[in-house]
Amino acid sequence: MQGFEIFLRGDKWRKVEHPGAAPAAKNGGESVKIGAPREIFEGENRVAMTPDSVVALAKLGHTSVIEAGAGAKAGFSDDAYRAAGAEVLPSAKAVFDAADVVVKVRGPEAAEAALLKRGQTLISFFWPAQNEALLKQVADQGATVVAMDMVPRISRAQKMDALSSMANIAGYRAVIEAGNNFGRFFTGQVTAAGKIPPAKVLIVGAGVAGLAAIGTSVSLGAITYAFDVRPEVAEQIESMGAEFVFLEFEQAQDGAATGGYAAPSSPEFREKQLAKFRELAPEMDIVITTALIPGRPAPKLWTEDMVKMMKRGSVIIDLAAERGGNCDLTVPDQKIVTENGVTIVGYTDFPSRMAAQASTLYATNIRHMLTDLTPKKDGVIHHNMEDDVIRGATVAHEGAVTYPPPPPKIAAIAAAKPKEKPKELTPEEKRAQELAAFKKQTRDQVAMLVAGGALILLAGLYTPASFMSHFIVFVLSVYVGVQVIWNVSHSLHTPLMAITNAISSIIILGALMQIGSGNWLVVILAALSVFMAGINIFGGFLVTRRMLAMFQKS
Amino acid sequence: MEYGFTTAAYVVAAVLIIQSLGGLSGQESAKRAVWYGIVGMALAIAATLIGPGAGNWFLSLIMIAVGGAIGYVVAQRVQMTEMPQLVAAMHSLVGLAAVFIGFNTHIELASIAGMDETARAALTGFAAKVAEKTAVEVAILRVETFLGVFIGAVTFTGSVIAFGKLAGKVDGKAKKLPGGHVLNAGAAIISLVLLFVYLQSGSTLALLVMTLAALFIGYHLIMGIGGADMPVVVSMLNSYSGWAAAAIGFSLSNDLLIVVGALVGSSGAILSYIMCKAMNRSFISVILGGFGGTTGPAMEVTGEQIAIDAEGVAAALNDADSIIIIPGYGMAVAQAQQSVSELTRKLRAKGKNVRFAIHPVAGRLPGHMNVLLAEAKVPYDIVLEMDEINEDFPETDVAIVIGSNDIVNPAAQEDPNSPIAGMPVLECWKAKQVFVSKRGQGTGYSGIENPLFFKENTRMFYGDAKKSIDALLPMID
Repeated sequence: MQGFEIFLRGDKWRKVEHPGAAPAAKNGGESVKIGAPREIFEGENRVAMTPDSVVALAKLGHTSVIEAGAGAKAGFSDDAYRAAGAEVLPSAKAVFDAADVVVKVRGPEAAEAALLKRGQTLISFFWPAQNEALLKQVADQGATVVAMDMVPRISRAQKMDALSSMANIAGYRAVIEAGNNFGRFFTGQVTAAGKIPPAKVLIVGAGVAGLAAIGTSVSLGAITYAFDVRPEVAEQIESMGAEFVFLEFEQAQDGAATGGYAAPSSPEFREKQLAKFRELAPEMDIVITTALIPGRPAPKLWTEDMVKMMKRGSVIIDLAAERGGNCDLTVPDQKIVTENGVTIVGYTDFPSRMAAQASTLYATNIRHMLTDLTPKKDGVIHHNMEDDVIRGATVAHEGAVTYPPPPPKIAAIAAAKPKEKPKELTPEEKRAQELAAFKKQTRDQVAMLVAGGALILLAGLYTPASFMSHFIVFVLSVYVGVQVIWNVSHSLHTPLMAITNAISSIIILGALMQIGSGNWLVVILAALSVFMAGINIFGGFLVTRRMLAMFQKS
Repeated sequence: MEYGFTTAAYVVAAVLIIQSLGGLSGQESAKRAVWYGIVGMALAIAATLIGPGAGNWFLSLIMIAVGGAIGYVVAQRVQMTEMPQLVAAMHSLVGLAAVFIGFNTHIELASIAGMDETARAALTGFAAKVAEKTAVEVAILRVETFLGVFIGAVTFTGSVIAFGKLAGKVDGKAKKLPGGHVLNAGAAIISLVLLFVYLQSGSTLALLVMTLAALFIGYHLIMGIGGADMPVVVSMLNSYSGWAAAAIGFSLSNDLLIVVGALVGSSGAILSYIMCKAMNRSFISVILGGFGGTTGPAMEVTGEQIAIDAEGVAAALNDADSIIIIPGYGMAVAQAQQSVSELTRKLRAKGKNVRFAIHPVAGRLPGHMNVLLAEAKVPYDIVLEMDEINEDFPETDVAIVIGSNDIVNPAAQEDPNSPIAGMPVLECWKAKQVFVSKRGQGTGYSGIENPLFFKENTRMFYGDAKKSIDALLPMID
């Protein structure tokens, strides 16, 4: 059954050669009718069309029909649909008869599938890998099926990625559901009536649902931890405000190879992971598991002994319940309480429990899909099988099963660049390299010193000792200056200029030595120099002091 | 005895001054360092006054007092935004002093040359020292004096022009007389020829003509450099004033002058080097003025500049968690640093992560922005350098560019034909949203179109920076 498989992307990139499909035009001229029947699956509250989406579809040139009462459980009345311009039909059959494109949430039940006709398009979740017989039947009937669960995971297709939008809701609802079953606050408080410790929440699996759960949990004030086998999501986890549970392990997975999804982990890794969870279990008040591996049963990550370690009153929300659950004790579709008082929620219909929100998002995803199918916005469906997104999502077309699709032209996620590994050098090579660098440095330095030394010696041959003694002072000072100035902090460059300016008026010494001269011209010039240097000394130092006094720490 | 004492005092002064420069490695130690400098300088002057060669105490002290009083008043009154002008003006004083002292040496030298033995023996002070020199030493003295005057003269006119440009009294654009660098080269060659003439004859005329040529070089060189390169120019002049002091030190055989001159000279040289590296340009190309030649037409800038009002900016700031402010010369011109500080305070009070990104050549003086922000009481630990913060832009919600242009120009990275190609820039366009506070639609000092302003996530917040920021303040809640 295709209930709540929202985190899972079937094994859709299976590489199978597929006969090229030609683009097909449908319905030349007259307006296309989009029809939404009532969901007949037990407990399904969502609807694939909302009054808002009816208005939006009209802008694409489409008219809409809807079965009476289809939106009732999601809070949309028939009158609202009428007001938006949709035609309300009495039965599902009437909708299937009238519509060129049928939009649904759940895949068709046998009774619904029988109503599909040649040339008609169905847009809904379908899970073709699990429903091969149904798919064959629908294809034989000549209907085209666009499976919302098969939309490729590329940036352009995000707007129609119903799995993500539903997962987002599930993640949010999981936290709310946990809060509902948890007897304490999420946030810590110190009140007159006593101190309340904050709840500790662990979220296993940081996919869309996991990240949504992290966001909700953090905003409610809980201390949130999150774990994922893909180390590259650590950044995302931290950006949402949770703490990444770090697992020391060498062979980290590269999620890019699997379209951004997790792959099964090695037994050693699993052991390490379970050990970490055992360590965390006694502390955690709420555990939300969202771990799924495409095309496989959910991995068992929260074992019975961990549940036993948990405190009375703790809550486990198992979002993988539909696939058997991440927790050993999960019973799908049920809420159970264990002997030690731990509540385990195994509901599989979280999005349906928030039908108004889920319907709004899903209807928008459907509308985006229809926008891509109506490129000219003229009410004409152009089913372009050359388009990666449309081709990927179409599982039956013109009487043939078109699942699985060929691999997409664009990689879902850019492959992580192979890390450069300077470590690969053997110790010998490294030493050789260091030696070479050292030799080069030595050569350069020696060359400079020899050249510099030779120049100075040459100068020494022709100049008297009195000059050379000053020259030594000069060279050493330049050397000291260079060493000292390199260390000056960047932000202090202006004070540095002011202070060097002040001390460059050391030139006053020269003037002071000359001011005692017997020549009146010398005295005047020297006096002027003293005067100017005086301005500089005081001005420079004072302004430096003023500036430095302003620098303060926060 | 006396002479030994003076030298000892010089050694102490030199150590103190080195300490004072070394102390600038950190904000806190810098506050102590400036005192080392003051004490060192006071010691040096005192030692010189009581040492050999000094005379005319009374006049010296009066001159120091008068100069000091003026310096004090100027230092108290100067606005922090006017620091570049002030520094340039002070460099010109050092340059002029070097010229005067060089001339004095020449005059003494000339008068001694005409004296006989007895007259020489009667000489005191500096003149006596000069008189003792041998022929070779006199030749060297002439070279030193000549160099001191030359560098001093270049520093003087160069600093005056730099001051004029920074203060807005001289047009900031790069200007050259017809003939361009040929004129500079000609003046330099004339000076070189005059050096040999002076060396042979000790002619006063040669020295005077050389001084005029050097004055011209200083004027023309700096006139040819545009406003954006002023940080390099100011630190270069700083360096020159140091070399001038060192040259004078050689001619007066004064080691302390040599030491300090060399320190200042190398300091300025390093600063110039750092500035040039920050602009990815060679020192030569900055000095020769203008931007380097381009290899092809600049990339077409497409799109349009979209304006935004204060409400829009305030709303984005209220929503943002992390904000980076990039100040530039425009902030200094508009005196907006207090308003920016107030904005920062308000945003930080709301728990937002507000930081400043400072490009090495932002403003008209190395470290100019740091000083302005410090004046406005922005804590220095949130003011970061380009290398420290550039990687953080992708995680930043809002980047606000206040009066800077070339330092945030993506063309430096994206357009190999851009005149500023390869210059490291602050990658503010990687932030989720960029606001640019700018007076109008003009280009920056370099006259290059800035593609940042046309980016999709950029909004232009036109108007005087101070008024714009002030308008934001009441809307931040």
